[in-house]
Amino acid sequence: MHQTKVKVAEDALDANTTIATANRDDFDRAGVAVVNLMSAPGAGKTTLLERALAERGELRVGVLEGDVQGSIDADRISALHIPVVQINTDAGFGGECHLDANMVRSALGDLHLDELELLVVENVGNLVCPAEFSIGENAKAMICSVAEGEDKPLKYPLMFRSCELVVINKTDLLPHLDFDVERLITNIDRVNPEAEVIELSAKTGEGVGRFREWLFRITDRVGDPAGESAAPSPAG
Amino acid sequence: MVPMHELSISSAIVDTVIRHARGRRVSAVRLQVGALRQVVPRSLDFYFGIASRDTVCDGADLELELIDALLRCAACENEWDPAPGTAHDRDPAALLPQFRCPRCSAAGAAVLAGDELLVDSIDVCEPEETSGQIPAMGATGGTRPHPSHHSS
Repeated sequence: MHQTKVKVAEDALDANTTIATANRDDFDRAGVAVVNLMSAPGAGKTTLLERALAERGELRVGVLEGDVQGSIDADRISALHIPVVQINTDAGFGGECHLDANMVRSALGDLHLDELELLVVENVGNLVCPAEFSIGENAKAMICSVAEGEDKPLKYPLMFRSCELVVINKTDLLPHLDFDVERLITNIDRVNPEAEVIELSAKTGEGVGRFREWLFRITDRVGDPAGESAAPSPAG
Repeated sequence: MVPMHELSISSAIVDTVIRHARGRRVSAVRLQVGALRQVVPRSLDFYFGIASRDTVCDGADLELELIDALLRCAACENEWDPAPGTAHDRDPAALLPQFRCPRCSAAGAAVLAGDELLVDSIDVCEPEETSGQIPAMGATGGTRPHPSHHSS
């Protein structure tokens, strides 16, 4: 036996990016725009989707739910007569805490993409790994609730940098909290000065209209070149 | 929750290495890690050990080359490292990361360095007899077993 050095020079996430690009091709062909929605557990992803998608007019929307276990969130979305597919990640190795391109690909057969114009992927609640794994989306968005902390962007810069929209949720709680929204916005600007910020309360509905408009505008991007959102890493 | 990040990344590294090792035993893996990837080296080392178990990478050394971040402003072409300053800085703002151009305040910088998560090279053990065919990519050793010892 002897040692040989083998040059690799390959990004460790290249395999994921290849599959994400294939997903994106399928989405484009079917005319579906895809939003990857991420947050920490309990920030209000499902509640916001319920609120925003309850008034969807003629837009044909579908939802892909990523959870470690169970179909609680999928059942809530399904109650609104929105087609929903559940992915459970508990079977994978290292895949417990996020959706990757391959997991999304495995669900495409159940999605009836041709019948959709917009697909919202509700990722597993986690502020770290989902930022690393593109799924072929047109846009990444995240929710940060005021019940969390103004320093979240400084602790999880990779997630905040990867998203073009940051939703600040649960603003109805502000009178009860010692929370400085301006400081949160300053910290978001520190790590991602290009991010759009929407303050809202998914509970009262205040501000949800702005999120709905943002979401529906993404449908204009079908067929856009796969740029930053399909790249292996966020751009600053 | 945070260490799971290193597990996810370790799995991706092991998968990449296995593809390039083509069934040969791997003794070292050299990885370039950018500062923007939020990777904790000790944690990555730990999870690499777990993710590589029962693969051709089992027991391989993971050598990390850490790369500082460098941004370039799209407006004024200023280049800077967005990392927060040290605790010795008097200005509290210096303790925060800075992705907005410190010279002209423009948003929209290009990342020149710091986003790396690159498997640069590996050391493999070659058998002295070369009569045997090297298995094709994706053949022997091309899939990682799914150990049941891990749980979230």
